[in-house]
Amino acid sequence: MRRYVFAVAWRVAALAALAIAILVLPRYVGVFRANQFALVGIFFIALLGLNIVTGHAGQISLAHGAFMAIGGYTTAILVSGGPTLGEPLNLWPNALEGGVRDLWTIPLAGLAAALAGFLFALPALRLTGLYLALATFAIAVATPAVLAKPAEITGGSRGIQLFGLPELSGKGFEQVGFLGHDVPFEDFVYYVTWLIAAALFAAAWLMLNGRIGRAFRAVRDSEVAAAASGVNPAAYKTLAFAVSAFYAGVAGSLYVILNWGAAPRSFPVLLSIQLLIGLVVAGLGSLGTLVLGALFIQFLPEAIRRSGDLGLLPDALQRWGDEPGAPNVVFGAVLVTLVLLLPTGAAGLPRRAAAALTSRRYSQS
Amino acid sequence: MQELAQAVVGGLASGGIYASLALAIVLIYRSTGVVNFAQGEMATFTTFVCWSLLHHDVSKWLAFGLTLAIAFAGGVALERTIVRPVEQASPAVVVILTIGLLVGLNGLTTAIWSAEVKEFPSAFPERSVEVAGVPVSWQDIGIVGVTLVAVAALAVFFRYTKLGLGLRAAAVNPEASRLVGVRVGWMLALGWGLAATLGALSGILIAPIVSLEPTMMQGVLLYALAAAVLGGLDSPVGAVVGGLALGVGINLLGTYVDAVDANLELAVALLVILAVLLVRPSGLLGRPAVSRV
Repeated sequence: MRRYVFAVAWRVAALAALAIAILVLPRYVGVFRANQFALVGIFFIALLGLNIVTGHAGQISLAHGAFMAIGGYTTAILVSGGPTLGEPLNLWPNALEGGVRDLWTIPLAGLAAALAGFLFALPALRLTGLYLALATFAIAVATPAVLAKPAEITGGSRGIQLFGLPELSGKGFEQVGFLGHDVPFEDFVYYVTWLIAAALFAAAWLMLNGRIGRAFRAVRDSEVAAAASGVNPAAYKTLAFAVSAFYAGVAGSLYVILNWGAAPRSFPVLLSIQLLIGLVVAGLGSLGTLVLGALFIQFLPEAIRRSGDLGLLPDALQRWGDEPGAPNVVFGAVLVTLVLLLPTGAAGLPRRAAAALTSRRYSQS
Repeated sequence: MQELAQAVVGGLASGGIYASLALAIVLIYRSTGVVNFAQGEMATFTTFVCWSLLHHDVSKWLAFGLTLAIAFAGGVALERTIVRPVEQASPAVVVILTIGLLVGLNGLTTAIWSAEVKEFPSAFPERSVEVAGVPVSWQDIGIVGVTLVAVAALAVFFRYTKLGLGLRAAAVNPEASRLVGVRVGWMLALGWGLAATLGALSGILIAPIVSLEPTMMQGVLLYALAAAVLGGLDSPVGAVVGGLALGVGINLLGTYVDAVDANLELAVALLVILAVLLVRPSGLLGRPAVSRV
């Protein structure tokens, strides 16, 4: 009992410390960093979603970049009322004055992505493991091209540019009103992102620690056993995909708001893969360490550049750190190394270290 | 009529390229039960190697031959070093591993040769000949011809050589093969080497058409996956049939259905994958998988 209380107190303290750090961070860093940490929050939200379907329900997904794209385009279309490059599109009646503006599009983007996730789950229910990976990979490759197809709605391959739409943030681009303060746009998105992230984190925690989460893990571990204990695998897999896509859609929506626009090339196959790498780095299944995964995705490229500049890399690699492909080499190398050496990710590291130190014979299964 | 014939010939040519990459995927799937998502990036990498060789004034055919040999060695080396440790792991783990290879190789290609588009010479003359009133480019004939020769060579290798028999045995029943003296581990490595060689072949064939850049195989990989799934993931003949059928089908759709343009052709491949996996997961010519629960 005492151990349990300590464990809970420790977690609450860690969470509170993290919350305070997130809250005060923009005071100490410039708008450029605020922008980057907003991206960390966005990746964190997407990883929360991917963790639900892949970590807990055990369904591998390489399509979360595509779900982000669906959420992002929903926001872009609703905010702009169509691509601003050509004639504004009159999809929405004037009662809404040129379209639904602003932050109200975020939940709608989540719902649009959730619908896509639900529709995809209907056929995908019958696929497992390798075949699911195949199908989701195909979605990740095809989605950007398909989004470019209805050019009069999505702006074709150039996408939708939201720059210069002051309604986006309410007060213009430089300064934005937020809780009675005027803050830079980047700080505004930062706070909105982390507020949403906190709410979605709590929701995910409640869901995964309750009946639904248990059902997800039952389906993951054995569908037959789950069905025998009264858990409907099909229903829970569909639910996992829909909820997970909702998270990705919200992340995509914030991504588009932060970047002032949506284009097919902002959602490449690589985005889906990076999310998967973030999840593997953080460790499948664990919630708190997902922040580490998000930080990893966001800051690895810069870390490589920096270590080149600071002379941390050997001379032969000095210039190589600046090459455009260098981050991907490291992303790939990290993923391969993790799969080979550390299948439980960062979250499993202490446990594995403890197991290695305490068990007399460390046998590899 | 002439339009139709041209669409079919063009489709056969791109189908031949899909078929060779699909065949590479099937080779690895048959021996290890894993789909290699890095197959496309391996092909891109070796095609860039070929470009470098050509750039250093190696003659065309020598460069092509060297590239195929390098690809073979690279495939064997990859299997021995990276794939081997996870041979016994679940498919999901190996999928994630090949995804890591995909990203890493893509980064390596970009880092070494930069992302800018490069010209790549065609192996075949630019002229075209007239066959029964239809102008057909040597390029198309060459691609289909090379694919068919490669497939025939592989078929002979698997059917009539002792090594090919060993490869098939290792795929069907590793334990029993080991008992009768087949070196199963090396057979798997050989399979990866052959697959990498086929991938390099498809890269060299397609580079003159789509022009050489680090992401050039991503779309092709999707078509190849669709072709492999359509023909049956464990059927080499199916991969070729699937590749050619997909190439012709997509070209016909692109020619005769206005709504289908380059953007939607990828979606067609996606629909093919989904439809086949749902309706007939074993594909046209594959063997249905039976599992005990």
